[in-house]
Amino acid sequence: MPEITIIDEIVENYNDVKTPLIYILKDVQKEFGYLSDNVLTRVAKKTKIPLSDIYGVATFYSLFTTKEKGKYIIRCCNNAPCHVNGSKEVLDKTKEYLGIDFGETTKDKIFTLEFTSCLGICAVAPVMMVNDDVYGNLTPEKAVAILKDYKLKGTSNV
Amino acid sequence: MYRIHILMAMDSHTIAQGSREVKEALIRDLALAGISDEVKIVETGSLGISNKGVVLVVFPDDVYYVNVTTNDIPDIISEHLIKGRIVERLHYKKAAVGKGGEKKDERLGKQVRVVLKNAGIIDPQSIEEYIAEDGYEALGHAVTEMTPEQVREEVKKSGLQGRGGAFFPAGIKWDFAAGTEADQKYIICNADEGEPGTFKDRLILEGDPHSIIEGMALAGYAVGATKGYVYIRGEYRMSIEHVQIAIDSARENGLLGQGIFASDFDFDLEIREGAGAYICGEETALIESIEGRRGEPRDKPPFPPAEGLWGKPTVVNNVETLANIPQIILKGAKWYRNFGTEKSPGTKVFTMVGNINNPGLIEVPMGITLREIIYNIGGGIPNGKGFLLAQMGGTTGGILIEEHLDLPMTVETLRGIGAGLGSGALLVVDDSQCPVDLVKNFVEFFNHESCGKCTLCREGTGRLHELLSRLTSGRGEEKDIELVQVLSATMMRGAFCGLGQAAPVPILGCLRYFKDVFIRHASEHVCAANKCEMEAVAETIAA
Ligand SMILES: Cc1cc2nc3c(=O)[nH]c(=O)nc-3n(C[C@H](O)[C@H](O)[C@H](O)COP(=O)(O)O)c2cc1C
Ligand code: FES
Repeated sequence: MPEITIIDEIVENYNDVKTPLIYILKDVQKEFGYLSDNVLTRVAKKTKIPLSDIYGVATFYSLFTTKEKGKYIIRCCNNAPCHVNGSKEVLDKTKEYLGIDFGETTKDKIFTLEFTSCLGICAVAPVMMVNDDVYGNLTPEKAVAILKDYKLKGTSNV
Repeated sequence: MYRIHILMAMDSHTIAQGSREVKEALIRDLALAGISDEVKIVETGSLGISNKGVVLVVFPDDVYYVNVTTNDIPDIISEHLIKGRIVERLHYKKAAVGKGGEKKDERLGKQVRVVLKNAGIIDPQSIEEYIAEDGYEALGHAVTEMTPEQVREEVKKSGLQGRGGAFFPAGIKWDFAAGTEADQKYIICNADEGEPGTFKDRLILEGDPHSIIEGMALAGYAVGATKGYVYIRGEYRMSIEHVQIAIDSARENGLLGQGIFASDFDFDLEIREGAGAYICGEETALIESIEGRRGEPRDKPPFPPAEGLWGKPTVVNNVETLANIPQIILKGAKWYRNFGTEKSPGTKVFTMVGNINNPGLIEVPMGITLREIIYNIGGGIPNGKGFLLAQMGGTTGGILIEEHLDLPMTVETLRGIGAGLGSGALLVVDDSQCPVDLVKNFVEFFNHESCGKCTLCREGTGRLHELLSRLTSGRGEEKDIELVQVLSATMMRGAFCGLGQAAPVPILGCLRYFKDVFIRHASEHVCAANKCEMEAVAETIAA
């Protein structure tokens, strides 16, 4: 299906919902991976919301992205409860293993590394999230083992 | 009939430790053993044991197993389920959380369960189980036998204060909304829980979602609102799922929709998901977000009960506040006041995190001391370390030290020392940590989460981050400490919303109690705890 039709359909799905922009952007992002200028322009046209407003929303919330990202988005928590349980060592090791810094994507487009604010599972701190899966009680070694699994999965079925 | 019931905690903590895999292994191995039809597996919310891996309970024996892995399942089946012998190596001795409502359970020490009475006991996806625990009785009673005024009166008499952090009396907020004339009013449940260290709302949403729905419907009846929104953090996938299932089944059972309990009261609910922004926990930013915009706070007044969602009178209440409501209506304000203190009635749900042996969720009467929470319920500080400080209420919360250990935890006593209960998150920090490094960590959070609307908070958190980076890297000077102090005090007075106003609280708290440590970082470039990487010093030595 052409991009435009998909976007239009998503917007129409929310005809009965009052002020559904955030839902629309979520669905559109799920479909295309990220919110490109083209995609946002179409959303603006279809919803009749000014593009500048839509862009403002897309850049405000951390679950939205206007750049292409890796297949697996790693979100590390470094808020105080994780921090006092050694999250820094985990972050450092993760960076070293992936060879990228926070906010970056690996060259093979498998991983994007990001921070997240507290995920509310601090009882098993330190924690990280890979796409929708959550991992707790991390050590630097455990984090690397988890990422190795993903890497294997990521390279075998792209 | 099943011979055995196995209750499995399926909450965010146990799932992060592999409970789904263990459940699959259990189903598979029960089938292999040929006893699938004798054993029923029930998924439930948190059993109140958070850092002991996968947790399950075998009923009717009431035996708790912790740290269960898929490899342990054959033993549990062959030993316990077939032969009736407890698998000692997995057995959790301290009989954990029992049900008891107002009954104090000896085994729980000071814990009582009002808000969490069902969490970990019932299957949160089953409306029948909620109803079997007196669920929706309060709503039925209210809409058929009480006037809205009487409902508000009862809530006011209970003295219930909002649990979102500001502790504003819930009944009075409801009166404001009830007193505003409008063709449409709204109830919003604030489930944007984002204060670091806080997960009480999450475990209520995951473990007992119907209590929120019932609380919102009661609020709707009390103020004349017919529509409600549950605003849930986008990251809380399981909460969203459980609340959606609960809304659907409440609707199917006529407990939401038109003419509830054959009265003329209509009420319906919808979920709205957040998209990752701490500031959306602030009620007017939350409203902006539901309206499809950037979550930037609005000018107040007008407050939401006068002019809120789409310009209509709106009550915004926290998850825990709402979860208290059905109990108060069912058992009465007088009963509720059995718990807590005169000025801080009821129970409070706390989350214990940081350097503590038993991290997790507890519900205790208001007025318990920090010492009791940390050393009795929390099991003390691990690895033989000492107590440095505690932070009560999340990252915007006040700092407490040794001398505060015996202070009763109430709204009024904490206010007296410039702190508060906030979100109920209790961060315990041991003496191997560095307060300057900690403040830098707080500031990173504020800087990341400042919404950017007001200059003082946007620029202030940025400059604070620079200053703390200097101090923690050996590039600081004593005048940096002064700047931190001045900037913090200015933000406290001049920032637009609660974020910028509260951010200085823990900074100034740490400065007050650990000034000497800051000075050593600044003047000698020494971090005694060895948490800050003093690069400048390293360079001088190398050169
Ligand atoms: C920066 C900021 C963040 C907040 N985050 C939350 C939150 O995550 N959950 C919440 O219930 N209240 C939060 N609040 C408080 C709300 O603005 C509001 O007072 C509360 O939802 C009212 O509910 P209550 O009266 O039941 O406590 C926050 C306030 C501020 C200033
Ligand atoms: S602080 Fe990391 S999950 Fe809460």
